[in-house]
Amino acid sequence: MSRRAFNLRLTVFNICKNYNREPVLGDCSFSFDKSGTYVLMGPNGSGKSTFLRICALLEEPDEGEIIYFSGADALKKDIELRRRTTLLLPRVGVFNATVFKNVAYGLRLRGIKGTEIEERVDEALEFVGLIHKRNQNARLLSSGETQRLGIARSMVIEPEIFFLDEPTASVDQKNTGIIEDIILKMKERGKSIVVITTHDIAQANRLADWLLLLKDGKVIPSQRCAEAN
Amino acid sequence: MDSITEGFIRALFLIWSRDRELLDIIFLSLKVSGTALLIATAAGLLTGALVGFKRFPGKDFILGLLNTFMGLPPVVVGLFLYLLLSRSGPLGFMGLLYTPSAMVTAQSILAFPIVASLCHSAIVSVDPIIGQASRTLGATPFQITLTVINEARYGIMSGITAAFGRVMAEVGAILIVGGNIAGYTRVMTTTIALETDKGNFELALALGMILLTISLIINMALYLIQKKGMVAR
Repeated sequence: MSRRAFNLRLTVFNICKNYNREPVLGDCSFSFDKSGTYVLMGPNGSGKSTFLRICALLEEPDEGEIIYFSGADALKKDIELRRRTTLLLPRVGVFNATVFKNVAYGLRLRGIKGTEIEERVDEALEFVGLIHKRNQNARLLSSGETQRLGIARSMVIEPEIFFLDEPTASVDQKNTGIIEDIILKMKERGKSIVVITTHDIAQANRLADWLLLLKDGKVIPSQRCAEAN
Repeated sequence: MDSITEGFIRALFLIWSRDRELLDIIFLSLKVSGTALLIATAAGLLTGALVGFKRFPGKDFILGLLNTFMGLPPVVVGLFLYLLLSRSGPLGFMGLLYTPSAMVTAQSILAFPIVASLCHSAIVSVDPIIGQASRTLGATPFQITLTVINEARYGIMSGITAAFGRVMAEVGAILIVGGNIAGYTRVMTTTIALETDKGNFELALALGMILLTISLIINMALYLIQKKGMVAR
């Protein structure tokens, strides 16, 4: 059962970002205003990760604005807002603790305690197929399982906007299939906005409700996305 | 050879009979070193964390100082502390010389750079992705700091254990500022030094065996902590 209203929307307005005077994003604008899965494609080094990090408020753009809306209200970029979104990094960053404690981390940060933590963590672990590894040290998981742990750790906090940066880049084919199934199941739940980056065209087509291209520092809706709009 | 064997037998008898003087000396040693370690841990962890997390001018100099002071000669610490605490010294009015408090102060000074330096190393060795991951999950800057410290816990515990080994085995500083007064400031290491001088080996040997046992326990604990922390690194 969801504990959130899921009315968070994001508008990226004319953002620019340079690294070592090299432009990565330039005059880039887009609105994530419908729930569903957005897949952002582009070659390596095109700025997909930078775009996601800026959207997830981990980095500041050099120019332009990131505006989060709840209904018609623009929200202040504080810890409360950051706790309504999350970004799964390409390297998950596993804590040296059990699988359970890793997944429970975000809930504990939010002051949730007792049986609610147990229920929500177990539900998330069940969802990603790691319930049998619940009490194992998370650092002993395989790379595919680690990625699934990262998804469980993020989804347990029920983000209204969930960014996933190349979630299958470093995992084998079997785990890629499992992770894609998890993302498709999340899509069926259909409440949050999910933004995924990938450079795998076939994967993008399997997962996307809205297909986007990052080209010349700008986010462009691709044909399929344009059709859907 | 006979005197060593005889000394050992009498030492074992002392331990077996739980000699009052022996127990008092052991208790005071653990109290002084334990208190010193608590103080050094509080100050050292805070310093190690500050130097590890913050950027500020002079940071490298502080790190250099901490590393240098890890090998501080105890007699030098004892001498400086003596000059500070002696009746004519700037802190003479406190009346701390030849008290257990002076011994705690000396051992805290010796343990502090070890705890601070090893805590710093443990904290900066934590993969930066840990801090980023906790931030993406909604941690405040303070919660991120606590998470990174928690990830460094095995290294930090190793530092604390190493510092405890150092202060338990220390004799020079506490002999100078404690004065080795029977029943008041006499601890294991100073008793061993004194009784050896007097040719009274049984008490010295008994304390030596206990000190070695404590040292063995500390090192075993250190080994187990490090082994546990090695999980899938």
